[in-house]
Amino acid sequence: MPRVTTSEAQVWTENRPTSGLRLPRLAELWRYRELVYYLALRDVKARYKQTALGIGWAILQPIVGVAVVTLVFRRIAHVPSDGIPYPVFALTGFLVWNYFAGIVGDATDSVVANTPLVTKVYLPRLAAPVSAVLPALVTLLPGLVVLAALMAWEHVAPGPALALLPLWVLLLLATALGTGLLLAALNVRFRDVGGALGTLIQLWLLASPVAYPASLLPAGWSWAYAINPMAGVIEAFRWSLLDGPRPGADLAVSAAVSLVLLVGGLFYFEHQERRFADVI
Amino acid sequence: MHAIEVHGVSKRYALGERRGASGTLVETLADLTGRIRRVAPPSLPREIWSLRDIDVDIAAGDTLGVIGRNGAGKSTLLKVIACITEPTTGVSRTRGRVGALLEVGTGFHPELTGRENVYLNGAILGMRRREVNAKLDEIVEFAGVAPFMETPVKRFSSGMYLRLAFAIAACLDADILVVDEVLAVGDTEFQRRCLGRIESMRSEGRTVVFVSHDLDAVTRLCSRALWLDGGATKRLGPADDVVSAYLASGRTFAARQVFTEDPTRPVSVLSVAVLDDAGTPTEALDRDTPITFEVRFVVRERVPALDMTVLVHNLRGVRVLDEAWSDSAPAPRREALGEYVARIVVPPIFAAGEYVAGIWLGTPFESILYEDDLLRFRLHGDANGRPNRITQLALPWDVRPVAPVAFAKGG
Repeated sequence: MPRVTTSEAQVWTENRPTSGLRLPRLAELWRYRELVYYLALRDVKARYKQTALGIGWAILQPIVGVAVVTLVFRRIAHVPSDGIPYPVFALTGFLVWNYFAGIVGDATDSVVANTPLVTKVYLPRLAAPVSAVLPALVTLLPGLVVLAALMAWEHVAPGPALALLPLWVLLLLATALGTGLLLAALNVRFRDVGGALGTLIQLWLLASPVAYPASLLPAGWSWAYAINPMAGVIEAFRWSLLDGPRPGADLAVSAAVSLVLLVGGLFYFEHQERRFADVI
Repeated sequence: MHAIEVHGVSKRYALGERRGASGTLVETLADLTGRIRRVAPPSLPREIWSLRDIDVDIAAGDTLGVIGRNGAGKSTLLKVIACITEPTTGVSRTRGRVGALLEVGTGFHPELTGRENVYLNGAILGMRRREVNAKLDEIVEFAGVAPFMETPVKRFSSGMYLRLAFAIAACLDADILVVDEVLAVGDTEFQRRCLGRIESMRSEGRTVVFVSHDLDAVTRLCSRALWLDGGATKRLGPADDVVSAYLASGRTFAARQVFTEDPTRPVSVLSVAVLDDAGTPTEALDRDTPITFEVRFVVRERVPALDMTVLVHNLRGVRVLDEAWSDSAPAPRREALGEYVARIVVPPIFAAGEYVAGIWLGTPFESILYEDDLLRFRLHGDANGRPNRITQLALPWDVRPVAPVAFAKGG
């Protein structure tokens, strides 16, 4: 909506009706990058105020989760794990998944939760869902420490693919942010999204190789499975972190879907954004 | 050289749209299928033109006051200027950084400390961390909350909260400041400082757009004023002219309201009026003489416990009078059928200024008429230099010596 033009060394901002597709205003988001940080900081501080364990929850949760999953999937159901010790295998899946689900959950809520900001001040509304990337880090980082300890205990070491890890992190962020942007914009109009989110995330979890390996699937179907971008992301994380099996061409399918999600999410959010203040 | 240009701006709100926000996916799907089957939706979305074809240019360094009744589109205009919402037609341009203060404490989070909130709000208003650092002392000093900067703002008093919120916005280096009715809250001292701050921003050459019901502040602070009525420009010009035209307009002042009778109702009000000392309806009254409110009504059926109150608000929205009939004539009463005139005389207790009066008439089971804003009148008189009071009673002081002073202290 506001377009910045420069004339006579003075900056004019223009507000006129727009229609059709708009380019996401990433440059403006960059100018407001401190806002992204402060919104995230606010959410983290508010979340851990008046909790006795505080950050301890972030360590306790993955340990308990993996213990339960190991008992059920390994000891009772005898699920294979690509030759990797099962607890390490499952913990990696859960850390990646929880980070993803945390971002999607926070992002979906982000615009609606900041209603006063949307209706009372001008700011790049993209900052709200983007800031959702940071709070989930608070739970991811202690989880990674637990993972490192467990890997040392089980004598699992990363291979040379570790160098590619930043790439998978970007892929994970693209998937989570793309999904979050779509849901955040939808949530402004339809509060149903908030209610449906829990079910969606649960189904998506079952469709992702978190507690079981993708290699369990019939060989001819793995490309279809890879349409779920989280399938590729999780397998890639295991490859880099645990020296797991190297993902095949299916990873390209997942990566392509991730990028489509991110670009689609950005454009859809930008398209809906102009009406946020009116319909929220 | 203009700082703000608003050209042909209109803004439409579809009322159905707002419903969509709290409405559900199912409703929208039902709407969609209805459209496909060419069935008209049960209720056509109504729309409201909140702004119609507004044209106003504001020169850099100028201060524009925006006045008008509730729902006239004042806040919507500010939202369009501040880029919070798009106009439906037309264009608004601003030059330089815009700071919007549409609500005090918009970005505050109760769990964060005063200092953390300063940084958060600075970021919301588009300030960088080092800019906030440079302004921090000024903000803390203006707000007067220095000892509490490390305390979560949920432990702040509402006054401290307001002062800190305004201080952040006031110390922002904005070229244009857009202020909604924020000065209606807070104590007199706070309001005085806010107005002073706006005045100094004007003298620094910043451009201010300022919505207020405080017409006095508008004439004092603004060179020009825009009067909006039903979303359209009613008048734009020098602040004095616009404010006096607004005050003189028939819709503004009314000493008497006459109602059309509804013979089907058991009780109906015929007229409501404010009368001067001589018993004539007048909008301009003397604050030193008693004023009378008169309600004429007709009783067609016997109604148990009929009651009535007169409500008077000052222009800051404070209810200064709420006197019920039952206070002095308790139920049970049963009025015989017929026409009545009710009068209540208010002694000269109110300070000079403008007032809005209305009535409530009904029974414990039913409101027959409830209107806050029926009469508007002005009490003329001398405030003796102390304008910020609600009552002005000239109560007698009793001052008498109790003991003589033997020695002047210190020789």
